[in-house]
Amino acid sequence: MALLELQDVVATYGSRRALHGVSMNVEEGSIVAMLGANGAGKTTTLRAITGLVKVQGAIRFDGRRITGRSTEEIARLGIAHVPEGRGTMSQLSVLENLHMGACLRRDGRAVRQDLDRVYAYFPWMKSRLAQPAALLSGGEQQMLAIARAAMMRPRLLLLDEPSLGLAPIVVRGIFKIIEAINSEQGVTILLVEQNARIALKTAGRAYVLEVGVVAVSGQARELAQDESVRRSYLGY
Amino acid sequence: MGTEVFLSANPVEGLEQQIVFGIATGSIYASLALALVLIYRAMEAINFAQGEMATFSTFIAWSLMANFHMSFWIAFPLVVVLSFVGGVALERVVIRPVERAPILTTILVTLGLFAIFNGLSGLIWGYTIRTFPSPFPVTPITLGGVGIGFQDLGLIGVSLVLLFLIYLFFSRTKLGLMMRAASLYPQSSRLVGVRVGWMLALGWGLSAAVGAVSGMMVAPVLSLDPSLMQSVLLFAFTAAVLGGIENPLGAVIGGITVGVLLALVGTYIPHAEDLRLVFGFIVIVLVLLFRPAGLIGRAHVTRV
Amino acid sequence: MRATSLLKPGNALSLFLLLVAALAPLYVLGRFPTLEWAYVWALLIGMIGVNILTGYCGQISLGNSAFMAIGGYATAILTYRAGWNYLLTIPVAGVLASVGGVMLGIPALKLRGIYLATATFALAISAPSVIRHFDQLSGGSQGISIPPAEDPFGLVRSQALTSEQWLFYTSLVLAVVLFLFSRALLRSHVGRAFRSIRDSETAAVANGVSLTFYKTLAFAISAFYAGVAGSLYTINTAYISPDSFDVGFSLALVVGAVIGGLGTGIGPILGAVFTVWSPRYTQILFNAKPDIAFGVLLIVVMYTMPSGIAGGVYRLWAWYQRRRAAGRPKSGEDGTILLGKPAS
Repeated sequence: MALLELQDVVATYGSRRALHGVSMNVEEGSIVAMLGANGAGKTTTLRAITGLVKVQGAIRFDGRRITGRSTEEIARLGIAHVPEGRGTMSQLSVLENLHMGACLRRDGRAVRQDLDRVYAYFPWMKSRLAQPAALLSGGEQQMLAIARAAMMRPRLLLLDEPSLGLAPIVVRGIFKIIEAINSEQGVTILLVEQNARIALKTAGRAYVLEVGVVAVSGQARELAQDESVRRSYLGY
Repeated sequence: MGTEVFLSANPVEGLEQQIVFGIATGSIYASLALALVLIYRAMEAINFAQGEMATFSTFIAWSLMANFHMSFWIAFPLVVVLSFVGGVALERVVIRPVERAPILTTILVTLGLFAIFNGLSGLIWGYTIRTFPSPFPVTPITLGGVGIGFQDLGLIGVSLVLLFLIYLFFSRTKLGLMMRAASLYPQSSRLVGVRVGWMLALGWGLSAAVGAVSGMMVAPVLSLDPSLMQSVLLFAFTAAVLGGIENPLGAVIGGITVGVLLALVGTYIPHAEDLRLVFGFIVIVLVLLFRPAGLIGRAHVTRV
Repeated sequence: MRATSLLKPGNALSLFLLLVAALAPLYVLGRFPTLEWAYVWALLIGMIGVNILTGYCGQISLGNSAFMAIGGYATAILTYRAGWNYLLTIPVAGVLASVGGVMLGIPALKLRGIYLATATFALAISAPSVIRHFDQLSGGSQGISIPPAEDPFGLVRSQALTSEQWLFYTSLVLAVVLFLFSRALLRSHVGRAFRSIRDSETAAVANGVSLTFYKTLAFAISAFYAGVAGSLYTINTAYISPDSFDVGFSLALVVGAVIGGLGTGIGPILGAVFTVWSPRYTQILFNAKPDIAFGVLLIVVMYTMPSGIAGGVYRLWAWYQRRRAAGRPKSGEDGTILLGKPAS
């Protein structure tokens, strides 16, 4: 049984249907990429999982249905979502953002350990803990958002376009951390990306969405090598 | 609404006396203004029923002392806790359905609460004016040549303690951080698992508790009847607006400023008792026109 | 405009109802209910004013009781101290009140939403004490009594009409006249300007609508209506005191207008009628003390029909129209944009 299962998920914004029946499985411990053009429904799928948009169909996490639950309850089940736009709390300080990630946790010592791990991933944070998050650069805010999500010690981490607007070298650094979070902490990752190349290098499995349905799916390596897939769906 | 009764010092006393008196009464306005600010920070709305809720709490305190013979120092914390619970319940039951409604709806709901609490106070306890015991002895003391009452010191002390506790709560505790985050960034807060609705309820609870303190502080001075907090509410608006509607420290500074100004106006402008309320109104209008963020407050921030 | 189209098929109905209203005091109503209805027509005038300012122009004002007080005191002072005929004082009361409205309108130009509501609320709270202060003119806490109204045609003296009936008709005629005037005004370019300001101030400015002029005009007109309402109230009661028009009165006006349906043509009528049927309405009309049932009703209506009764009807109608045709209802046709959907 996969950690996350989507079955024929239909999502609507008002009267407009954005997803027309998406099905996918995410195995525990894996990194799965969701690719596709703009407007294909990738972000909507993530929002459907965390209850930010109304859905029909079934979404199961660890065997339990989570469709129809509130966003905060879904988060409490162990799903962390770094949304489009990062959702950093810009008036709060860097440290306060990190604390917010851990706000539900009772294990004080483990929280401190996790903070240390975050500082190991992103050494620059340690010297800027008191700064308001609004003063960080785009890449730093992305790192902060991922760090905050990691502080939740989630079982599943949803990342919406982590590379958006960032320089290639920064993107590479972030993806290394994403891999580390997955390998060191066993966090399952579902990753939406426009940058298909780096996504397919990092992920184990990939789904390609087009106009609200899954068009292609398979092992990331195979999809990366399949020229027709690359040209039709991934633009390279 | 009944006649407004004003806090007024003996105009014969000297300037320092007036100022101290102004600071003391200003503390009362400050504490109610603090309650207003708490709710505004939580949901960008003004609770027009704040004063009436405080009056209601004060009546409960009076009842506990008069009918159940509790001492002030037992009734006081009990009422504060009851008010907190009441505020939480009120938000969850009454405000929650209109949490995301347009502003006029929220205004009208709080106005409805205004009517309900005002009516309840009158219904349960009637309109006869009652005396409310003061926790502080009435003996005057002299500080640096100025005669001050324990009462005045007590009022100032209570407001400062309140302000300090609120400051500590919001800046140093996890719950305070969660509340701040929930009101500024509700969606991001939900994504980390914060139950934003309950944070709002907590804000109402705190606000009701602070309002209750304010009411119990002012009742010994103004005498208790259902219209107790109406003039206080107006001056609390003035204080909150002066200090910046999102700024707790501003509310306290604003309150003290209003108190001092009113005391000075009362002394130096003869027969101006009735004009104090309209003075408050004029200050509100002037501040909102020229410095809407308040004299001390920050510029308005956008929320996501 | 929706309001007129709603009334057209109901034009006959409206005339019929008007006829019923006109004949009722002669054949059906006793003396006391007749007087109560006289108050209702006066209240209606006040609610039309609120509807214009808040429903059509989008300015949230809780301070109309202050303008009712200006109107009421104008009538009382002119009648009692200057010996005017009370009927002549009514337009003067309206004009004086509208001057007050302009004065409020100027600072209100820059205030919006909750800030405007707070400032006008403060005005309503502080007005009675100001009146009390200028006791040379206003008679202070004692208030002013004026002689009971006698009609210029001698109908009351000759007992053709009771004084209550005369008051009833005076108020009714004024209400009808002012209602028709407001309808014409709101159908004109002035009404369009108001609505454009309500829907989006930036868009209005971009379209060349002068915010200064139209907002001030809205305040002036609504204050005029409030002043006339206050004047009629005072005439009906033959007495005025500083607490006659306090915060509770402002609330009653706004609440009634909202419940009836802001920004709709018939909203104020529904609001005034609703006020008649809501529990303890006499307390609201005569005592101006808000009370528990009133507050509960207000909250319940806010949950279920935030756009008021008329708004609810419009929504049903619009939904029905949408089902029939492909078109969508334009926003800004009624005041529902202010209050949104009922809470789910």
